Amino acid sequence: MSKLQNFLKGIIKENPVLVLVLGTCPTLAVTTQASNAIGMGLAATFVLLCSNMAISALRNIIPDKVRIPCYIVLIAGFVTIVELVMEAFAYEIYEALGIFLSLIVVNCIILGRAEMYASKHGVVDSAIDALGMGVGFTLTLLVMASIREILGNGTWFGMPIPVLVDNKISIMTMAPGGFFVFGCLIALVNKITKGKAIKKKEFSCAGCPCSPVCHKEHQECGEEVVR
Amino acid sequence: MEYFKGLIVILMTSVLVNNYVLSKFLGICPFLGVSKKLDQAVGMSVAVIFVMMMATAATWPIQTYLLDANGLGYLQTVVFILVIAALVQLVEIVLKKYIPGLHKSLGVYLPLITTNCAVLGVCIANIDDGFGFVESLVNALGTGLGFMLAMVLFSGVRSKVDAGNPPKSFEGLPITLVAAAIVSLAFFGFTGVVDNLFA
Repeated sequence: MSKLQNFLKGIIKENPVLVLVLGTCPTLAVTTQASNAIGMGLAATFVLLCSNMAISALRNIIPDKVRIPCYIVLIAGFVTIVELVMEAFAYEIYEALGIFLSLIVVNCIILGRAEMYASKHGVVDSAIDALGMGVGFTLTLLVMASIREILGNGTWFGMPIPVLVDNKISIMTMAPGGFFVFGCLIALVNKITKGKAIKKKEFSCAGCPCSPVCHKEHQECGEEVVR
Repeated sequence: MEYFKGLIVILMTSVLVNNYVLSKFLGICPFLGVSKKLDQAVGMSVAVIFVMMMATAATWPIQTYLLDANGLGYLQTVVFILVIAALVQLVEIVLKKYIPGLHKSLGVYLPLITTNCAVLGVCIANIDDGFGFVESLVNALGTGLGFMLAMVLFSGVRSKVDAGNPPKSFEGLPITLVAAAIVSLAFFGFTGVVDNLFA
């Protein structure tokens, strides 16, 4: 696989949110405003890039049995860096993202890519994979946030949109709107790829970052990826 | 008396109004993944309540007496995730050794909970909201009960949804999410209930 393909797969073919269905919680929670989506996307991309590179570089040193705790500690370290930097330089977004910034630690995308990709590939490939996945994540968040902000608040990046600003569907920025828009987007991806994306995707335990620790209960996981 | 009223308000708020799954979007993965069958939904929820209480009981003193006291508040994320991961392992080992019956019914769910964002979320939220130790425990209990309520309700909805016949692109996850949207809409009915609880 060429480096370009490796990068592009994260954006469409293996989009972490819409095809791999990882990182659902932040996707639903922070997409009320387009600016929050960008902030969250960039923060997660940075953590993903750093953790993928670090884990890939250390992949021959970390003992197999304790690799998950090692990954979590590495990831938590990078998340702390992002938290401190954002608190210092982007305080508004830091406030808006709130608890979800700390929760990047338990974001499935990051642990999932560490386990599925970085632990098996070199540093450069892992970095490209992380960038692709990060961009895919950010773009998806942006699309979802744009739909929800435009319909629910009548604005886009805070700019009022004529007509819509007087006819808000406020439910879109609230919790039910999040579930609804996410469901419709996944259905749209299914439609565009003619169902290939979702069939190809490992809906089984293999795609779940926890699978190495809970291999005994495959039937419990059902079909979706379970954290 | 006022103190107990305050505790009840915290409990009801976290169960109904600020339901973690349906209005704060924490713990969506188990909500979508394990809600297929009622017994699994209950088992997972009981495990979550258990771990949330234990995690809060462990992390609150650590934050207050160890981190804040030494000006190390910025280590919160790293310390909490490690404590939770270690705690889940410990609970699993203890249950396996001393209460094998409970381990058999809850054990399968425990590893899944380590990286459940609702558990880490409730620990951090307790600190952010400035709750005391007892209030934190009550909030953790309420959050867990709210998770259980959402899971049990949704497993019922889901059995109906799965029997339905949606358009091809909506099959599976998308229609489940749309159903979740409607359940979440229902929870909007609880807004304002708690404010007037003692009015």
